[in-house]
Amino acid sequence: MTFQDAQPTAGAAKYRRLTAVLPIAVFLAPAVVFLVVFLLYPLISSFQLSLLDWNGLGSGERFVGLANWTRLAQDTLFWKSLGNNLLLALFSVLIQLPIALVLAVVLDEASKGSRVLKILYFLPLLMSSVALGVVFKNIYDPNFGPINAFLSAVHLDGLVRDWLGDPRYALGSVIAVVCWQNIPFYMVLFLAGLSSFPRELGEAARLDGASESTIFWRIKLPHLQGTVRTGAMLAIVGSLRYFDLIFIMTDGGPEGASELMATYMFRTVFSSFQLGYGSTIASAMFIIVTIVASLTMRVTRRYETEV
Amino acid sequence: MNSPANPASATKVDRSRLIRAAVPALGLFWLVVTTLPFIFVVMTSLKSQQETFSGSVWSLPEKLNFENYLAVLNGGFWTYLRNSVFVLVTSIILILVISSMAAYAFARLRFRLNKPLFGLIVAGMIVPIHITLIPIYLLIRNVGLYDTPFALIGPYVATALPVSIFILTEFMRQIPKELEEAAKLDGCGAFGIFWKVFLPLSGPGLSTVAIYNSIGLWNEFIFAYVLTSNPANRTLPLAIWDFQGQYASNIPAILSVVTLTSLPLIVAYAFGQERIVKGMMAGALKG
Repeated sequence: MTFQDAQPTAGAAKYRRLTAVLPIAVFLAPAVVFLVVFLLYPLISSFQLSLLDWNGLGSGERFVGLANWTRLAQDTLFWKSLGNNLLLALFSVLIQLPIALVLAVVLDEASKGSRVLKILYFLPLLMSSVALGVVFKNIYDPNFGPINAFLSAVHLDGLVRDWLGDPRYALGSVIAVVCWQNIPFYMVLFLAGLSSFPRELGEAARLDGASESTIFWRIKLPHLQGTVRTGAMLAIVGSLRYFDLIFIMTDGGPEGASELMATYMFRTVFSSFQLGYGSTIASAMFIIVTIVASLTMRVTRRYETEV
Repeated sequence: MNSPANPASATKVDRSRLIRAAVPALGLFWLVVTTLPFIFVVMTSLKSQQETFSGSVWSLPEKLNFENYLAVLNGGFWTYLRNSVFVLVTSIILILVISSMAAYAFARLRFRLNKPLFGLIVAGMIVPIHITLIPIYLLIRNVGLYDTPFALIGPYVATALPVSIFILTEFMRQIPKELEEAAKLDGCGAFGIFWKVFLPLSGPGLSTVAIYNSIGLWNEFIFAYVLTSNPANRTLPLAIWDFQGQYASNIPAILSVVTLTSLPLIVAYAFGQERIVKGMMAGALKG
């Protein structure tokens, strides 16, 4: 007994180390395996594929070095799609956040029926993008769609458009649907922010003769500052990697009018079968999203520490 | 002094009355904006194809026409539904098991790589799935899983893991250390503590993870579109896509597919709005 206690053998020490390491390995292994196979490896592989000229089918791949990257730098459609992503980000912030804010204030004020309204407002977020895309394609339909039917019915025939088919209106029409779907998300976000707003503060200001608008601009909005910034960050990052609704409604068309980086990448790979160049677009998109995400995160964090 | 004749206070009263009237008006306006598309879908899906060409868009259906629904239900809808349920249930079980195990390690076990590894996994949340699409497509094709429901499970689990691990780690860090000490005194090892203490106490965290991922995966489109091709192996969002090709100009038929595929989630929502809203918000905010 005493002998063993005094001199632990090398085997026992090894055994003890193993019992300490084993649980860590077992608990983490499944997660690490999935993440390496389906996230890390594809990420690296994408950059490797971006150096190839390959249709993805046979073994005809050819190493072309940075040729795809120089092509990307001169590809006007890519820059246009990046511009559209930025427009989407801009309008998402400028349209979704203010409307969501107004709705959140409305729901916060209206005690009666606000629960029912909130439940109904949230519905678009439950819909799959395919469902919404197909529905709004019908709603925008130039011949049988309700929008044009309504415009003719109220004698505004001058406003009748080929909403998705006309390059001038396609991007705007699709952005409207993206906003329609996402506004309830930000509304609930702001509602949560408002619920932490101390009611007495508003009451006190009202007693002091502050008008509703003063209370909103001077007291409630500053209170929501952090939440608004979080919302803006989510909207910007989400817009840069957006794909679904636009792919389904216009597939980037007509004439690239609503092209996004992701739809361009998708068509390059799965319709034109240029796996190498498609991977280049995907990798560029990854770089852009990562830079913007870390920049916006840094900005929001700096403000948060200031406040 | 304080008479209503005072012009300044009169306009103030007017304005606040205006705002008070604007509140319900705005509320109703957005209700119309939100629900009109849904009403359009359900109404049109009950019309005959002829009616959509001849009648007005906003007129009620002449008679309730369930033919479209029957055609869809007899046209492979159940196969899509079965695939969706299979993929969803398998993925969610894997996500819950794998992410709770990893979360426990990050929340409680001490090892040198704890912080950097956790940071790396959390950073995985900003990776746009589109960059993984091409390599995963090639991988799935090479291992012979292309065009099977199994193809979807790997990517679904992996893309869900970062946010799920993040939510659960935060949750498990809140669990009091004393409970763990008590279990240790009872002779429990790391596995025992995880199984008997942490899993049972993580219920709310697990349900947030399950709800958030279920809604995302139930509606997932791009992986399903790329990794499967035969209707027999596709999930519900693809049903709309495939039927759209099949019924090109039969608008009521397409919209009845939309209604039927959206119904399961809306029914679930009717039963647990609060939890679903909360789960979706928690997931998205962490992501």
